[in-house]
Amino acid sequence: MNEIYFNVDAGYLEGVVRGYRDGLITAPQYLNLTQCETMDDLRLQLATTDYGAFLQNEPSPISTSTLVARCTDALVAEFQYLQQNAAEPISRFLDYITYGYMIDNVILLITGTLHERDTHDLLDKCHPLGLFDSMPALCVASTVQELYSTVMVDSPLAGYFRECLSAEDLNELNIEIIRNTLYKAYLEDFYAYCQGLGEPTASVMGEILRFEADRRTVNITINSFGTELSKDDRTRLYPRLGNMYPEAQTRLARADDMDQVKAILEQYSEYKSMIVGVSLHAPADGDGRGAQSLEDRFFGKEVQLNKDAFEQQFHYGVFYSWLRLKEQEIRNVVWIAECISQQQKDKVGSYTAIY
Amino acid sequence: MGAAQTGYAGYAGYARAAVAATGIALAAWAGLYLLLTGRGERFNVGGYLLRISPYLWGLYGIALCIGLSVVGASWGILIAGSSILGAAVRAPRIATKNLISIIFCEVVAIYGVIMAIVFSAKIANVSAESGFSRSDYYTGFSLFWGGLAVGVSNLICGVAVGINGSNAAVADAHDQQLFVKILVVEIFGSVIGLFGLIVGLLVTGKAEDFAGTA
Repeated sequence: MNEIYFNVDAGYLEGVVRGYRDGLITAPQYLNLTQCETMDDLRLQLATTDYGAFLQNEPSPISTSTLVARCTDALVAEFQYLQQNAAEPISRFLDYITYGYMIDNVILLITGTLHERDTHDLLDKCHPLGLFDSMPALCVASTVQELYSTVMVDSPLAGYFRECLSAEDLNELNIEIIRNTLYKAYLEDFYAYCQGLGEPTASVMGEILRFEADRRTVNITINSFGTELSKDDRTRLYPRLGNMYPEAQTRLARADDMDQVKAILEQYSEYKSMIVGVSLHAPADGDGRGAQSLEDRFFGKEVQLNKDAFEQQFHYGVFYSWLRLKEQEIRNVVWIAECISQQQKDKVGSYTAIY
Repeated sequence: MGAAQTGYAGYAGYARAAVAATGIALAAWAGLYLLLTGRGERFNVGGYLLRISPYLWGLYGIALCIGLSVVGASWGILIAGSSILGAAVRAPRIATKNLISIIFCEVVAIYGVIMAIVFSAKIANVSAESGFSRSDYYTGFSLFWGGLAVGVSNLICGVAVGINGSNAAVADAHDQQLFVKILVVEIFGSVIGLFGLIVGLLVTGKAEDFAGTA
């Protein structure tokens, strides 16, 4: 019955976001991009895409960092257009999407302050979607209590901070724990909110968010190998949802090396095919086109899930999915640009194609 | 927000329960009062329905016919129109082509208007002396149920065509070749309203105009 009243509030925006989706770079365009020899060629190719308007006023030798900034500007402009035209259920949904960026920004600022970077540089580096009013004040906080009582209590993230307050002081490990605890609380809240929106949003977003939770679970497990994070703490960082919750999570919590993680993942049909032929031991530096890292596979799976969200109409999932696809596209463009500017043309093919 | 909302819903639940309980208690009291004072035969549904003037039946039928049809059509236009608007932001070419969906929805309202005109032709003045004949009662009932059939089928048809038109708009914006294919589905959807129209004509076909007992 959702079809009957969905368009009252969201019909226009859904049409707009589907239009944005049609503007994503397609496979033939990627082929053209990968064949570029210089950054100027690349820019010429990008002029025909949605990024064209944002790149045209840049001085000619364009650097990859400017390219990232302008591409992000394009994304932010489109997202803000949606936000400005959104009425209640969608505006809240869009706000939920921005909370993820806020968490990243908070962590970026705390980490930066820990290493005594300049505040203005840090604020420039923050993702524009995750800005909130009291953010500059983050730099003065030195303990978690202070962080909460001076800054976070007024932000939308205040509720997520509940479980972080036990951490004593801000060091590298604690910041990582705060990031994951925040993200865990955010993911659980977002999931509950989406389930409350009714079908088909609940099922579409449920699938995407469960995958996101699984990915975080696996990443937390892998990243905690060889650190001083205890196994109990590790369990506490896992989001309490996902396809692997709770059975595989308890086993992942006890895992000691990559082979055990692989054995656990192999029992899930949706992840079994994903980890075949993955070079598990060197996730950081991909050695060329042949061996994809687990992270790349996760990105591929995420793209697939987000593309599936567009197969149904009359649900809010398209807003989230479009943003994720657009982010992946920017990652692809940046990868291609990096390969071109660093003369590493043999690796240029290992981007995650979308359409 | 969650707690406040549940609290509010809780009070609304109590209020609903109180109203329902009061209503049932009043009805039971009235029923028992009539029954115990020896006037139980006044519970006469058939007699009540017959005391209603056939004009009322007929005019209700006409009103439901046009009213529900227009609600269906406008709802369909809302659903299709907002999607066309959104999808046309990026692909302006779809706007003119997808007006056909709006027209399909509008046709549903036109069915309602036509049927209302056909039905209202059967309404005629009956003088007080002659009174209603059995044929007039038949006309009144058939106009009511015929009008209801047309109205409800047009309501459903309008919503169906609207949802389909919305699909057509976003599909057309994505890929031009899909438009004709979805249009075929949409035509089948819009035929539902025609079924209601035919049945409405058949139901009232045997009804004579109001004439009284001449």
